[in-house]
Amino acid sequence: MTTTRTVISRNTDLSQQEYKWGFTTDVEEDVAPKGLNEGVVRLISSKKGEPEWMLEWRLRAYRHWLTLKREEPTWAMIHHPPIDFDDIHYYAAPKTKDGPKSMEEVDPEMLKAFDKLGIPLAEREKLAGVAVDAIFDSVSVATTYQKALEKHGVIFCPISEAIRNHPELVRKYLGSVVPYSDNFYATLNSAVFSDGSFIYVPKGVRCPMELMTYFRINFADSGQFERTLIIADEGSYVSYLEGCTAPVRKTSQLHAAVVELIALDDAQIKYSTLQNWYPGDKEGKGGVYNFVTKRGKAQGRNSKISWTQVETGSAITWKYPSVILQGDNSVGEFYSVALVNNHQQADTGTKMTHIGKNTRSTIVAKGISAGHGESTYRGQVKIMPTATGAKNFTQCDSLLIGDKSAAHTMPYIEVRNSTARMEHEASTSKISDEQLFYVMQRGISNEDAHHMIVKGFCKSVFAELPFEFAVEAANLLKVSLEGAVA
Amino acid sequence: MAEPMLVIRDLHVKVADTEILKGLSLSIGKGEVHAIMGPNGSGKSTLVNVLAGKPEYVVTSGAITFEGKNVLPMTVDQRAREGIFLAFQYPVELPGVSAWQFMKTALDSIREQRGEEPMDYRVFDKMWRQKIKDVGIDQELVKRSVNEGFSGGEKKRSEMLQMMVLDPKLALMDETDSGLDIDALKSVADVVNKRRGPEKAVLVVTHYQRLLNYIVPDFVHILIDGRIVRSGGAGLALEVEEKGYDWVREAMATA
Repeated sequence: MTTTRTVISRNTDLSQQEYKWGFTTDVEEDVAPKGLNEGVVRLISSKKGEPEWMLEWRLRAYRHWLTLKREEPTWAMIHHPPIDFDDIHYYAAPKTKDGPKSMEEVDPEMLKAFDKLGIPLAEREKLAGVAVDAIFDSVSVATTYQKALEKHGVIFCPISEAIRNHPELVRKYLGSVVPYSDNFYATLNSAVFSDGSFIYVPKGVRCPMELMTYFRINFADSGQFERTLIIADEGSYVSYLEGCTAPVRKTSQLHAAVVELIALDDAQIKYSTLQNWYPGDKEGKGGVYNFVTKRGKAQGRNSKISWTQVETGSAITWKYPSVILQGDNSVGEFYSVALVNNHQQADTGTKMTHIGKNTRSTIVAKGISAGHGESTYRGQVKIMPTATGAKNFTQCDSLLIGDKSAAHTMPYIEVRNSTARMEHEASTSKISDEQLFYVMQRGISNEDAHHMIVKGFCKSVFAELPFEFAVEAANLLKVSLEGAVA
Repeated sequence: MAEPMLVIRDLHVKVADTEILKGLSLSIGKGEVHAIMGPNGSGKSTLVNVLAGKPEYVVTSGAITFEGKNVLPMTVDQRAREGIFLAFQYPVELPGVSAWQFMKTALDSIREQRGEEPMDYRVFDKMWRQKIKDVGIDQELVKRSVNEGFSGGEKKRSEMLQMMVLDPKLALMDETDSGLDIDALKSVADVVNKRRGPEKAVLVVTHYQRLLNYIVPDFVHILIDGRIVRSGGAGLALEVEEKGYDWVREAMATA
């Protein structure tokens, strides 16, 4: 059952020039046969040495998925050929039986891959304030800064490890925000999730560093089903950064992650994402399909959950990081930049569900469409009858580049309590010729002028990102816009 | 006459099928300050925009050289990097773009053209602060996005600041005096006068003579109906101010 991945030469695939981080590494992987059945679910569970309750949960999800008859949701404004769920490997792990005990044990090929990605693993001790839980395909192979975190009682580990070592926490919270029956892809994920990050921040602890995980998709045609669970106990704070890049692939890749966040009384979770998965070639072939369910529950009083995302990658993005504002005075935030170029499609936005009293939510969504790119903002703000004194502010801005791109805005607002205060602002604009002439007259090239104006457009979202991430995000926009400017 | 920097020969320019410039010739030497005066619609703004390379202005015939190089095939940014700066009559707003970042990027682009490394940000920052002082612009103002919510006068001062930072060889000033009160006018003139030197040239375009009391030009040209109909020294501007453009037209008719 072990195969060796074929290496796509950097020189044979022209499209690689377009995608700076397109490469693959030469590591042997342990892979399940294509297709999904109960046996595969059991195999995944046993590979991970999971307890019985976990297997049962997976099987419940799998059986529910069967009842959905492989009918993917169709309401999103995205178009793609039907996905053949029998043509996917549901499990792929690097061929390491017990997992490396230290960096010396990590496969050197893997380390090289991390170098290419710019993951500061080799010098991680020097990388002050950032712990990297690097996920290589599906299994975590290295976790850093464990000791510093342990001192504060923070648990930051692969979820597979948490299932074994902290079953009481996982059992209590897994599926409590995104139940296995939530939606088609969440159900699939619940059945076959491979690995992901688990974070628990104990009462009153302010996590001493930004926690960062880099994901990548490496194995050809292996669906990726990460599962992330973050719990901030009373009065705690944690900031989590997720940065992604994937290698060039010939066939489309399905990625269906689930992220669940839980904030108890007075706790705060800040979750930042930079998403740069392979968007496909200029005709839109071969890119990643990113169908993700991200949801946070601001469960406790005065709790706060904040999503910030910069999305420039994937052929198709289907993603709505949401917040359930359950605790009184809880706060939900969503700051997003979604850029589509060439033939990329993005249907993204957020849901803010106000349940508690005096709950407040802020939505700032910036969509940029270039080339034949098509982006849709889809947002829902729901004020439940119990949410007396709730407030929402929504701002949706779209920027169009060229005359073949499109932007759609679909806000849904449902107010069931008359004390609610809602504000909604929306705009659609183009980069004007006057602006371009002005910027270029100062000596700045056409491409850099576009980049500068786009970066300015995104400023209010970038301001929410941790500093290093903001710099990276700006660079990412630049790379993603290449070729968009004639 | 000084060594020529900018030479315009028999320039014909169309905008949307209407001919605006109809055979304009002009030569500007190093170190010289030229003023172009003319009534509304005479083609003053067209001239500076054509020099800067604005796309909708189509050169149908004629030639423009800058320091011996043919300007016409150059893009807007190439011309800027060669050392041509346009102080806009109506500078546009750039939401979310900081003036600092804008000028740092612009300066580094110009330096790259000259084969120089990007300027160290500390060196730039020091220079930036100094120029802000020199121009007398409000510190708080330049912390905002470029031109966003600026008054007319603030925009013009911001243009002068940009000119100081980029230090072009040829500055084109498009009706920089319009909408300015006398104090603002003086301070703009002050910036321009400080920059005067043997290697720098300025082309001021204006409707009124007022600005030329403070920026005293070496040459004045009267532009009417797409052609320079009369050239002279600083005194010509005063004469026009006194007698009006009709006087020039009449002089043309009788000539």
